[in-house]
Amino acid sequence: MKRNLRRPKAAAIAIAATGLALAAGHARAQTATIAVGAPVTSLDPHYHQLSPNNAVSDTIFDRLVNTDARARQIPGLATEWRVVEPTVWEFKLRPNVRFQNGNAFTAEDVAFTIGRLPNVPNSPSSYAAYARPIERIEIVDPLTIRFHTREPYPLLPLDMTNVRIIDKETAESATTEDFNSLRAAIGTGPYRAVSHRNGDRIEFERFDGYWGDRAPFQRVNYRMITNDAARTAALLAGDVDLIDQVPTSDLAKLRADNRVHLSETTGLRLIFLGLDHLRQANESSPFITDNDGKPLGRNPLQDVRVRRALSMAIDRRAIVDRIMEGAATPANQFLPEGVFGFVADLPAPAYDPDGAKRLLAEAGYPNGFRIQLNGPNDRYINDSRIIQAVGQMWTRIGVRTAVEAQPWTTFVGRAGRSEYSAFLIGWGSNPDGSHPLRNIMATVNRDRGWGASNRGRYSNPQVDALLLQSLSEMDEAKREQQVIEGMRIAMTDVGVIPLHIQTNIWAARRGFEHTPRNDELTRAQDLRPAAR
Amino acid sequence: MSQSAIGEAAPAAPRKDKVETPFRRFVSEFAESKVALLGLVVFAIIAIIAILAPWIAPQNPYDLAQLDIMDGRLEPGSRNGSDTFNYLLGTDDQGRDMLSGIMYGLRISLTVGAGSALIACIVGASLGLLAAYVGKRTDTVIMRLVDLQLSFPSILVALMILAFLGKGVMNVVIALVIVEWAYYARTVRGTALVERRREYIEAAQCLALPTHRIMFRHLLPNCLPPLIVIATMQVARAIALEATLSFLGLGVPITEPSLGLLIANGYEYMLSGKYWISFYPGIALLVTIVSINLMGDQLRDVLNPRLKK
Amino acid sequence: MTVYLVRRLIQALFVVLAMSLIVFIGVYAIGDPVEILISPDADQIERERAIRALGLDLPLWQQYLVFLTNALQGDLGRSFVFNEPALRLILQRMPATLELAFGATFLALLIGLPLGLYAGLRPNSPASKTIMAGSILGFSLPTFWVGLMLIMVFAVQLGWLPSTGRGETCSVLGFIGITPCSSGVQWSFLTTDGLAHMVMPAINLALFKISLVIRLTRAGVRETMLMDYVKFARAKGLSPARVTFVHVFKNILIPVVTVVGLELGSTIAFSVVTESVFAWPGMGKLIIDSINVLDRPVIVAYLMIIVLMFITINLVVDLTYSLLDPRVRLENKGT
Repeated sequence: MKRNLRRPKAAAIAIAATGLALAAGHARAQTATIAVGAPVTSLDPHYHQLSPNNAVSDTIFDRLVNTDARARQIPGLATEWRVVEPTVWEFKLRPNVRFQNGNAFTAEDVAFTIGRLPNVPNSPSSYAAYARPIERIEIVDPLTIRFHTREPYPLLPLDMTNVRIIDKETAESATTEDFNSLRAAIGTGPYRAVSHRNGDRIEFERFDGYWGDRAPFQRVNYRMITNDAARTAALLAGDVDLIDQVPTSDLAKLRADNRVHLSETTGLRLIFLGLDHLRQANESSPFITDNDGKPLGRNPLQDVRVRRALSMAIDRRAIVDRIMEGAATPANQFLPEGVFGFVADLPAPAYDPDGAKRLLAEAGYPNGFRIQLNGPNDRYINDSRIIQAVGQMWTRIGVRTAVEAQPWTTFVGRAGRSEYSAFLIGWGSNPDGSHPLRNIMATVNRDRGWGASNRGRYSNPQVDALLLQSLSEMDEAKREQQVIEGMRIAMTDVGVIPLHIQTNIWAARRGFEHTPRNDELTRAQDLRPAAR
Repeated sequence: MSQSAIGEAAPAAPRKDKVETPFRRFVSEFAESKVALLGLVVFAIIAIIAILAPWIAPQNPYDLAQLDIMDGRLEPGSRNGSDTFNYLLGTDDQGRDMLSGIMYGLRISLTVGAGSALIACIVGASLGLLAAYVGKRTDTVIMRLVDLQLSFPSILVALMILAFLGKGVMNVVIALVIVEWAYYARTVRGTALVERRREYIEAAQCLALPTHRIMFRHLLPNCLPPLIVIATMQVARAIALEATLSFLGLGVPITEPSLGLLIANGYEYMLSGKYWISFYPGIALLVTIVSINLMGDQLRDVLNPRLKK
Repeated sequence: MTVYLVRRLIQALFVVLAMSLIVFIGVYAIGDPVEILISPDADQIERERAIRALGLDLPLWQQYLVFLTNALQGDLGRSFVFNEPALRLILQRMPATLELAFGATFLALLIGLPLGLYAGLRPNSPASKTIMAGSILGFSLPTFWVGLMLIMVFAVQLGWLPSTGRGETCSVLGFIGITPCSSGVQWSFLTTDGLAHMVMPAINLALFKISLVIRLTRAGVRETMLMDYVKFARAKGLSPARVTFVHVFKNILIPVVTVVGLELGSTIAFSVVTESVFAWPGMGKLIIDSINVLDRPVIVAYLMIIVLMFITINLVVDLTYSLLDPRVRLENKGT
């Protein structure tokens, strides 16, 4: 008897012990900590258009049209969408989707969300633009919705990738503060927010009723560590499992460290030089003088040969290798390969200082001139280092370059008022060629809403005409041709000088796997335990 | 640090030479401390290097034409791209020779640090004395200004100067003076309030000496000890503050790096083992500050009227 | 005394008013918050909407009047960035900064006073010289650099301390066990995890202060030891300890109190660098972030609070003077 009793007991202990060990291992894998470099300013998905906010919104909420890691459109809360008439888009909604409070998701929620976009009080950068083309919303049945637009509008699905759907019942009278305090932060996404300390951390818990793939972690801590070196140190110290915006200066070390591994992908952000097109050929540009420091009396940047020379003088490969530590791709256009509107036959300009000198001489500047290159020093990866490198290269072809870097706070206003002759700036594109074309290369036009970030005031009627056609072209193939042609013209004319497209880099501890996104968003659902 | 012990300061060895000018006495008292002399010598060497930098540096680190990013982040001792000299202390990310960078950086840092500390000290100490001695409205106005200034973040001051005056080394000095004068004013006033009640001031007042004379000849020397402590530290602090402003992108122009900016630039490379970019400027900064403080410590003792009764 | 305090209060109001005016003009000169906050692809119509939404379409003097009117009713405006009352944002962050600042000041006094006393009493001993030389290190290295080195050594290499962040917190009532930890004002010094997180940032902040206290104390002691009354006290045969702690100590406190008071103030107000290196969610980080995006309501409210704090500290310091040294009489000032 005794012997018989004993054995099962020992077995039970053994089982319990393994169970405990398993549970412990399990608990570790159940929680992940992510540290991001840019602070989230709100949990209200319609309050402030800002990448960090969008990343967190994507975790809690869903969009009608989601995007995959390559920014391609994939079904989200809508399973399919089509053009009914040139001015009518129809979206079929996903059935059996529930919000995190148990409410069912229907077309009413979509209509409510679109209606809320222009009506978020005090928003410093609203999502209203995505509601503007829509004249009327028609709810066909609880799972079918139609958007009637004022004019044919091909970009509506793209717009819908920027709109996170909220629960009508919860958010009916909710303010931004209600979202921040989590009362209204109820979505259909894979994680729900369970605590929020402004500018410090957000804690997520898995939403078990999620319609898509089950979230890999029970809990995710989402911390904001804005100092680059501190973020890397936190990863190396094992306090966090994933960091984003890995500083390029740490890349070499992290690549060699087998405790961590990097996940990287070419992004959608182009770093480029804006040029003064505002001053006419017979006017002086504010930061360009002759070699004795006297006003030049003309604006050399109005001559395409000078612009081309300045572009050819830049050794993009050297900048990418030496300054960016390889974390970028030399470019001559806004988008990387594989994105709608990529111009296939527009490679990065070859480095050709002699050719540049010849072009300068041809344009009437055999001895060059003096110029000041401005730029921010706290905005883009290595921004102030890049302008110094460009300064070196321009100086070498006889364009003696002074370099001035200042904080974005003071820089951006002056750049916006076209006070600079040449300046470094960046542009993170939506995955559609019309986006940079419309905002940067199109002639500034308030009524059309064009050229809002055209700080150099570039203007080219051919580009404008092609853009105008493309914005109402409902045939995607034709539309892409128009966009490509417009971009080719603008870039061949050297309206701006593209430098490189940044690579987005994350670093994760061993045991974690992260899917890098080209839209720079750091989302909790992109992190998983590594498969063994 | 200082060699003059307590006992020594008592019946101060009566060496009645023929002519004992205050300056000579000052020099001989200063020289009593070997450490202070060492500080002086080191500082003199540093100052000479800084002044002669354009002639002795292997490279002009402010001339973009002489830099090449292909030479970026080379280890100490590497040969430069055009095979003309060695980068003894390595290069930074722009291919700037660190040795030349440090020599030129010393110029900027000393100008910024010493310049701003000196100006701030003169302005602050005068206002502090005035506030304590004159009192009443003057005191109120000055001290409330101090309150206002102390509550104003240096970053905001630097940003406003940047917005109004643009970038430049002198503008950083102006920003630092604006930030720092209040510390001096507040400290001097504190001491002066105590001192002005002492007998010697009352005696001077009885003699009907002019106010400025009482303030600067009688009151000021007695407020000097804490002032010098603050001042020698503030030189260091000004240099460090300039480094911090550079770290935040608000300091001197990037093409004319100070020691602080060199350190701030190299800071990002500390994790990746390229130590020389911020280590050597750090050492240069440290040596400079230590030498200034060695002198300052002795200066404080020598100038303190109460230590040599 | 009452008259004196009332007068100081009135002065304080003027200073606060002056501060708000300077900040308004300053921020206006630095740049346009909308340019910074708005999404780059926002078109002109959206930009105009945002300018109106933030009340920036009015002339500056009208914006200021609106602010004053609201301020009189206790409303200091809403943050452009967070869309929450500026005051609430600041108060949320305050405990984190307060505990860090007091922790650092406490460390500074705890370490600085004894070392300074020793160096002052035995100025020629090797130990004193080491102390003085070491104290130079405390203020000659930039804070951000020391901060990173601390993290590298103690968090990354040795793994003794957590690298960044604030750690677990608890309220005072929760600590004693009356309420749950999570209700009420949260302090991290009440939990072990919180304390561990506090160590490095507090040391980072304290380094400069330690040097300052050592040097001020030493200077004061050396000087006071030569005073007649100290000599007299020694001659009378009082024990060295009594001489040191009663007669000398009391006299050196004036400069120490002044400077430590100021330091405490500026630590509370501007521990910007330490807070960002250690990702410490305090007010310093809030103000630097707000300045970077020109979040004017937060900047104005913050600086108004800070100026009030400095006025209070200076008032306390002035009162301490007269307590410590009867020769300083309040009536002689500010009249």
